[in-house]
Amino acid sequence: MSVIVFERARIVDPARGIDETGTVIVRDGLIEAAGSSALNQGRPEGAEIVDCTGLTIVPGLVDAHVHVGEPGAEHRETIASASLAAAAGGVTSIVTMPDTDPVIDDVALVEFVLRSARDTALVRVHPAAAITKGLAGHEMTEFALLKGAGAVALTEGRRSVANSLVMRRALTYARDFGAVIAHETQDADLASFGVMNEGLFASWLGLPGIPREAETIMLDRDLSLARLTGGAYHAAKISTAIAVDAVARARNDGADVTAGVSINNLALNEMDVGEYRTFFRVSPPLRAEEDRLAMVEALKSGAVDIIVSSHDPQDVDTKRLPFSEAAPGAIGLETLLAAALRLYHNGDVPLLRLIEALSTAPARRFGLEAGTLAPGAPADLAVVDLEAPWVVREETIRSRSKNTCFEGALMQGRVLQTLVAGRTVFVAE
Amino acid sequence: MTDPTAFPPFPHRHLLGIGALSPQDIELLLDRAEAAVAISRRPDKKMSTLRGRTQINLFYESSTRTQSSFELAGKRLGADVMNMSVASSAVKKGETLMDTAMTLNAMHPDILVIRHSSAGAAALLAQKVGCSVVNAGDGAHEHPTQALLDALTIRRAKGRIARLVVAICGDVLHSRVARSNIILLNALGAQVRVVAPSTLLPAGIEKMGVERFSRMEDGLKGADVVMMLRLQRERMAGAFVPSIREYFRHFGLDAAKLSAAKEDAIVMHPGPMNRGVEIASEIADGPHSLIQEQVEMGVAVRMAVMEALLDPRRTEEGGGQ
Repeated sequence: MSVIVFERARIVDPARGIDETGTVIVRDGLIEAAGSSALNQGRPEGAEIVDCTGLTIVPGLVDAHVHVGEPGAEHRETIASASLAAAAGGVTSIVTMPDTDPVIDDVALVEFVLRSARDTALVRVHPAAAITKGLAGHEMTEFALLKGAGAVALTEGRRSVANSLVMRRALTYARDFGAVIAHETQDADLASFGVMNEGLFASWLGLPGIPREAETIMLDRDLSLARLTGGAYHAAKISTAIAVDAVARARNDGADVTAGVSINNLALNEMDVGEYRTFFRVSPPLRAEEDRLAMVEALKSGAVDIIVSSHDPQDVDTKRLPFSEAAPGAIGLETLLAAALRLYHNGDVPLLRLIEALSTAPARRFGLEAGTLAPGAPADLAVVDLEAPWVVREETIRSRSKNTCFEGALMQGRVLQTLVAGRTVFVAE
Repeated sequence: MTDPTAFPPFPHRHLLGIGALSPQDIELLLDRAEAAVAISRRPDKKMSTLRGRTQINLFYESSTRTQSSFELAGKRLGADVMNMSVASSAVKKGETLMDTAMTLNAMHPDILVIRHSSAGAAALLAQKVGCSVVNAGDGAHEHPTQALLDALTIRRAKGRIARLVVAICGDVLHSRVARSNIILLNALGAQVRVVAPSTLLPAGIEKMGVERFSRMEDGLKGADVVMMLRLQRERMAGAFVPSIREYFRHFGLDAAKLSAAKEDAIVMHPGPMNRGVEIASEIADGPHSLIQEQVEMGVAVRMAVMEALLDPRRTEEGGGQ
């Protein structure tokens, strides 16, 4: 029997609305108690005591949008290397995207991911499966069998389902089995060859732009279909104020709709592209500063439910190219919490709300047993020094790919220790 | 020209775009080019300013005009010029731009001239190689030597650029020539207009320092300079404009439309022209046209640029930006 007692920590548990100083008791991989009165029964005998004065304990982060290179592009990232990065970032559960090679569109492939995760991963890995076979946008995958095998969501990853009828049927059929359809909406025709946010800055750079409407036209369609079908729909990564309003309206109408935002769209804007910096080519594209501010506001108000890292490892073969030829995507598992804490430090979003969006809300939406420090919950948690300053350095990145948007960035807030099921999977040096 | 100290030194290592230049930088290059025009008109055009220097032309898009202009400019200055024809090179075998650049860099060129279909390609190259880089056109971003040769042509015809009304007409959206010209002409105090169907204008054009028009009659009214842009064939048939005949009717430069401009207006085109699409032959070959002069100025401007970049006062310090 192993017992760890974290004492004098600031405990943030959005599921119970707690932000207070107290103790977290971990016994046999589960939370026994967490809060100001956790020591009411006295200190357990033989416990390992950890003094957390000045530190904060949060439920382990749940990152609902992670690309890995396994299977098919292991030189960019394996499940093992992604889990190392996650653990270092305080992320204890990841939802992996199905647009690998081969595509995760079959029970055997879901089982492959889970097996590889069981054998090599430090954190919990939950595969999402494809909505359509081969991500071709036509035939539905076996939603019920996939869910039974362990797929926690259905999504096309980087792609969008263009065919409205396919999307309608997917939402309708998924409802019968309680499966969530998570969708990044981008109208491929309207986005065309676009590589960054459409506007004056892109025009001067001579880069084709992606208008905001490429996101919202398809989102509006999806929201209409969510109303029509009653299916569970999650807008995976929205980036504009109009999209926030559209989601809010659908929710008002009683549709089962949630929305996520990439940390990149909360922390950065189009000006960060600078002189064709390809690491800042991401999807959805970095928008204007007013869009970023709108997303921060939406996060604060709860109009946007979930923050994701949108972790997308790309190597020199796909990034050291002219901007419009480079692949979109940036890694983010290791910097997710620190980048999000900027919003806390500058007073934009309270810590409780921030952790809710990073942990509790995604766990709830995708039905994961995570996102809380409530007694009986798995002891997935992160010990964080909210104030510790550090600088993101390529040499210390654990991901196999180094395409971070935060190289050289000064961060405030650092993960010191990460536990998954009571086992320490990361300790800061 | 023979005396390198006849002009002040040029404070840049690369020429990637007009955007990085001050009005003084631009004037300096134009003054140097003026001197090069005189040299190019002599029977003996061969200089020794760049003797022993190596110039590599790396053209990912075929361009007879620009490539031969750069080649001739380098040869007139005495440089050894090598043309990398991409059609037969490793690029076809999948080598990336950066790997090609590193290979060429290992051959110690002094100047790399690059044309590429992607915006930012020249800047990317400049980060990785040890020599000067000249952008000969990168996607829809910039084509600085074209803007300089246009400015030289205008200055010689009109005596100045400040306060002139310049109408840039046609496919501004996809045009690096338009962007470089908009920046340069604004820097030297011209009043810039763009005239095009709105499908061929970039987002935010109103904030790019131009006045926008969608009718030639309005946009050309009182213009001193009419700059036509090339419309790519693949953009004519329904994608951006419905048809060639409709485009020519409304946006092609003919005598009737030109009559709205000043009587002594000059007409320019960066070439190659689509006669009967953006410009009528009567105009292209008519008295207002300075299209042939632009070609001549092209060689002079490229001589001036390469000489300025390889100015021994800068290169021998191994510095500059």
